Amino acid sequence: MANPSSQVLTANRLNDGTVLYRKADGWVLTLAEADVYDDKPAAQAALDAATAGLTRNEYVSPYLFEVRRENGVIHPVKEREIIRAAGPSVRADLGKQAQGV
Amino acid sequence: MAEPNMYRYDEFDAQFVAERTAQFRTQVERRLKGELNEDQFKPLRLMNGLYLQLHAYMLRVAVPYGTLSSAQMRKLAHIARVYDKGYGHFTTRQNIQYNWPALVDVPDILEELASVEMHAIQTSGNCIRNVTADHFAGAALDEIEDPRPLAEVIRQWSSLHPEFVFLPRKFKIAVSGAPNDRAALAYHDMAIEIVKNDQGRVGYKVLVGGGMGRTPYIAQVLGDFVEKEDILAFLEAAMRIYNQQGRRDNMYKARIKILTNALGIEEMRRLTGIEFAEIKKAGTLQLPKEELDRITAYFAAPAFETLEDAMPSGDAAFEAWKKTNVHKHRQPGYAIATISLKPIGGVPGDASADQMDAVAAIMDRYSLGEIRVSHEQNLVLPHVRQKDLPAIHAALAGFDLATPNAGLITDIIACPGLDYCDLANARSIPIAQDIAKTFADLDRQHDIGELKIKISGCINACGHHHAGHIGILGVDKKGVEFYQLLLGGSGAEDASIGQIMGPGFTEHEIAGAVERVVNLYLAKREKGERFLDTYRRMGMEPFKNVAYGEELYAVHQG
Ligand code: SF4
Repeated sequence: MANPSSQVLTANRLNDGTVLYRKADGWVLTLAEADVYDDKPAAQAALDAATAGLTRNEYVSPYLFEVRRENGVIHPVKEREIIRAAGPSVRADLGKQAQGV
Repeated sequence: MAEPNMYRYDEFDAQFVAERTAQFRTQVERRLKGELNEDQFKPLRLMNGLYLQLHAYMLRVAVPYGTLSSAQMRKLAHIARVYDKGYGHFTTRQNIQYNWPALVDVPDILEELASVEMHAIQTSGNCIRNVTADHFAGAALDEIEDPRPLAEVIRQWSSLHPEFVFLPRKFKIAVSGAPNDRAALAYHDMAIEIVKNDQGRVGYKVLVGGGMGRTPYIAQVLGDFVEKEDILAFLEAAMRIYNQQGRRDNMYKARIKILTNALGIEEMRRLTGIEFAEIKKAGTLQLPKEELDRITAYFAAPAFETLEDAMPSGDAAFEAWKKTNVHKHRQPGYAIATISLKPIGGVPGDASADQMDAVAAIMDRYSLGEIRVSHEQNLVLPHVRQKDLPAIHAALAGFDLATPNAGLITDIIACPGLDYCDLANARSIPIAQDIAKTFADLDRQHDIGELKIKISGCINACGHHHAGHIGILGVDKKGVEFYQLLLGGSGAEDASIGQIMGPGFTEHEIAGAVERVVNLYLAKREKGERFLDTYRRMGMEPFKNVAYGEELYAVHQG
């Protein structure tokens, strides 16, 4: 079911810029493995934890974005996050889509 | 290897760039160790051209006034191959961007660049940015003087000028030495056109207050004829007015175009005149003739051979290329050749490392080791012998670099848009690809003639959509991409700002809308009219009536 307030937390790895997604207290490389927060307090708690963790200097710019889940698959609501999760739409050989994820 | 005539770093330049590179290495180390946090580090990385984009970091490398040597081009290829994903993107600011560099590698990349007298300074931030110039500089038939010596003088004056490090906003200057404006002068914060007065003396016409973005303006004349030795004093006078009175409270109102239009051009002229008189009295900013001569010498015309004009002929592919991609040179027997980075269905402005290497070899063999990056995202071989054109064409064709479309409807400017850019509302590149495929037929392109399409993925207008004969602006409607159509813009000497047609089109509708607009032009044009001329004669209404088509019209009404 589409839940209007479902969100995922993302950031970029500091040392090379790679897009990261939040899972538990750490990060994964693909949206498919990310944690989905189904209510606002859970999402905010994850963002607060990630913001507090910025002092570890491992990642930058954490933020939340909206997703929907269909048949267990996570889909970003906005085009921007679809492209961020996959890679440039004009270069299927680049970005996460190229790594078969 | 051929050594082109271009500015070479003196000791001061070399030392300065080396120091900045070493500083940035330390800054990156401190960031990774946590001695600097992101808020502290971000301005430092931006000062070195390093942005964080949608997928990764992006490094923007300055190409001063768009001139590159073959050694530099090879270095750009090397960086693309070793540190990035095998390609680079040439921008509308005559720069090159790498889309995937790792932060940890950037100090090495900057060191590589410094070894060929390049850097990424002044490609970001509220400073006077990398100065741009006519890409036909030093070669054009209509040129009064090569604009690059002045561009270099401005670069030296503006780099790290203590008064200009923290301007209200970024500041872009362009220079041209010809009456045909190929440098989009009217869309710059300030621009200088080299002109000749009634007595035949060469001087500078200075424009101020042009710009794109949220509030587009065409630049106005600040000084009709500024004497050569006065130019820095005059520019500095205008910069002081801007620095004192430009708004710092609202970044959308901070560019000099807003100030110019708030004060009015008359007042801007008056204030500049007062400052100018004071600076002149102090006499500190006179540009000594010897200094201008010294810098001009770097750009001396190459030792051209004495040749006759004799354009070679060839097969249909060569002839098509010659028709659009070859321009007249000031020197008999020579030509200017444009390398299109707009293959049909490709990414405008992208070049692979292999293509860059191939271009470097062609530069050495046929173009005195020199090339230009154009703001139209193409490359230009400025000095080639006419008799070498068939060989050049063949060499380019081997690397998919011989697309015969310079200045035609498929020679589309497109910013990186939402495929790469963190600020984007919508994608630009796929729209450019769709339109190019729609008009792929070369006869049709020739029939349509000169038609400049320019696409931006957001209001920041890096794709110059306001200046397109047909402009396209990506907007975001609740996370879905929409495209506004603008008609009637021009970035040339007949500069004008494109007008928005009406409600936006979806990603799938926009190429069709462009086609209907173009078809109406073909049906209604009078003899000799370009698209832009027909639009100016007829106005928006008839184009609007066809653009939406019956189906779309119904949807938009309903
Ligand atoms: S116009 Fe907007 S989307 Fe395009 S490159 Fe500039 S900031 Fe990015």
